[in-house]
Amino acid sequence: MTSIPLEYYLILSAFMFSVGVTGVLIRRNAIVVFMCIELMLNSANLTLVAFSSFLGNPIGQVFVFFVMTVAAAEAAVGLAIIIAIFRNKLSVNIDEINIFKW
Amino acid sequence: MIEQYIPIFLVIATAAVFGAAVVFSSKLFGPQRPNDIKISPYESGKKPVGNTSERISVKYYLVAMLFIIFDIEVIYVYPWAVEFKSLYAQYGIFAFTPMLIFLIVLELGFVYVYMKGGLKWD
Amino acid sequence: MPQSNTEYLQILPFILMGSGIVISVIIEMFYKKSEPVLGWFSVLLFITVGFVSLASINDSAVLFNNMIEVGGKPAIFNFIFTFGAAVMILSSMNYISKYGIYFGEFFIIVQSSVLGMMIMAGAKDLFMIFMGLELMSICFYVLAGLNRKKIQANEASMKYFLLGAFATGFIVYGIALMYGSSGTTSLPYIFENFSSLISNVLFVTGLGLFLIGFSFKIAAFPFHMWVPDVYQGSATTITGLMSTGGKTAAFSVLIIMLSAVFANNAANTFEPYFAGISVLSMLFGSIVAIAQDNLKRMLAYSSIAHAGYMVIGLAAGNQDSVAGIIFYLAAYTFMNLGAFGVLSIIEGKDDTLLDINSYAGLNSKSPILAAFMALFMFALAGIPPMAGFFGKYYVFIAAIKSDLTWLAIIGVLSSVISVYFYLRVVVYMYFKESTVNFSIEKNNTGLLAVVISGILILVFGIIPDTLLNVIISVLNF
Repeated sequence: MTSIPLEYYLILSAFMFSVGVTGVLIRRNAIVVFMCIELMLNSANLTLVAFSSFLGNPIGQVFVFFVMTVAAAEAAVGLAIIIAIFRNKLSVNIDEINIFKW
Repeated sequence: MIEQYIPIFLVIATAAVFGAAVVFSSKLFGPQRPNDIKISPYESGKKPVGNTSERISVKYYLVAMLFIIFDIEVIYVYPWAVEFKSLYAQYGIFAFTPMLIFLIVLELGFVYVYMKGGLKWD
Repeated sequence: MPQSNTEYLQILPFILMGSGIVISVIIEMFYKKSEPVLGWFSVLLFITVGFVSLASINDSAVLFNNMIEVGGKPAIFNFIFTFGAAVMILSSMNYISKYGIYFGEFFIIVQSSVLGMMIMAGAKDLFMIFMGLELMSICFYVLAGLNRKKIQANEASMKYFLLGAFATGFIVYGIALMYGSSGTTSLPYIFENFSSLISNVLFVTGLGLFLIGFSFKIAAFPFHMWVPDVYQGSATTITGLMSTGGKTAAFSVLIIMLSAVFANNAANTFEPYFAGISVLSMLFGSIVAIAQDNLKRMLAYSSIAHAGYMVIGLAAGNQDSVAGIIFYLAAYTFMNLGAFGVLSIIEGKDDTLLDINSYAGLNSKSPILAAFMALFMFALAGIPPMAGFFGKYYVFIAAIKSDLTWLAIIGVLSSVISVYFYLRVVVYMYFKESTVNFSIEKNNTGLLAVVISGILILVFGIIPDTLLNVIISVLNF
């Protein structure tokens, strides 16, 4: 059984990263934007794990732990912010949230 | 490379064909005499009240948020626990203290949430 | 795992800061009226940590298996962070009740963010950079939206969060690629092999993404769009901390990442990138700031311009430029914190009195505030012999040394443009009749913060050479 080559993982994660970036740039719902950011972080995780397995050293996997915990903390804070804004405006559409001029 | 996946594609194709066949054959051959009770979501139950997309209380969010934080911290304990024997052989008590400090700080956060009433439901 | 027990002694500033946060949480938990106690406790903690860091400035060491560096350059950065935060806490003590965020948590979150900055400045491993960055950024997202009833604060914190997390995505992906191409996250190893790694496409892509992510954090031009709104929407003193501490920490990481370049081991591959963003940020910041009547927004654009001046140093990429950037950051921290301190004293309820018209005739209302505001404006404009002038001067000289004279000329031009909007405030304060009627509340701690920043600015301006020599003596590339 041959193992899947490293390039496949890298291409997949680069694709996921691009989807995430595109999503952040074009979607207008704050929650969806946030989901796209999580996708970017997860593509980085995939890269790290793939390299870690390819290079045979565990640093990458440990880094993934840190990214995951940080992403969880970020999710907690981010959703709290989105809830706060929803309570004031009853909307999480980032086009409607424009008291300031961009 | 791709030849290895042919059996998997075959299984997927079979599953799709079988699933479609079952669904459409009952539509095709079965008798269809609908009435009000039959087409209601719960044929033998209560009539549904209200909308399905009801807003739920923000309190659930608080609990979920705290759960995520404390749940995910456990992943630091796992690798430490797996490696504990060799760490202990190498460093003695110093293998234990860092995790102890980590857990104490984590626990402090939990006590803080409790004292601030973050876990009160009413 | 510790190599020896002395490592715990050497890392004392971090341990003090961490235990300070834990003690603050306990105070906040058990003590009902904790806010004044926590405020003074934070000031004490910051000053202690600052002096403990400074005491170890001459014995620099890399600890815990090449994880973190103490003493030397990080000691100077720790001094900037802790004293800046102490000044910020002093000006916040009365302000936060006016703004409606009189919570004990405020102080705890500020302490945590400072710990994050300290970790970033001392990082010797990509792990530490990431953890410090996230500790700082997440605290800032919370601080920006601390007043959750205020819609401007909500909006500021959401914009900051979404764009900050977006930048984090770039940074993490960049780190992943750098790890993959070098096989390690340890920076000393990466720097040793920097000249061979820089020809690796994967590594350059990773470093590029990393630098783009940090360009967001330093608020350089194409990645600046969050700055004005976030700075205007957050509480004034918090804006002061975000624009100074956050920027300084991000620059400290950029300096660490490029230290192989500064040590002349490798070519400065990213020089065109840095030159480009610095020109754009300087000109954009200075020109758009002219049109701003809201002083917070004006200072936000000026902060973009200042980021541009500092990036000149990164483009120059020699040792002098690093010393110049560090001096500039120290000066910028205190002049900006002082300016925001004055703003926070004058600001009324609900974001009022931030307009430049409110500053007309300030001299007759409060001569001392007007004098200090004028001092900070002169310093920000870079008029000699103020600290801001020497910051720019050192960076420009370093740029000329690296044959980037054109960049230095654009920097001087942009400074000349920026003199207009800084001096406009001074003109309003001294030569215009007051049109808005209001009285300035008594705010002794706020005044103390302003006076401290003013004195530091004057000291920086009087003995710049001595300080610069101290900085150069600890740079160990």
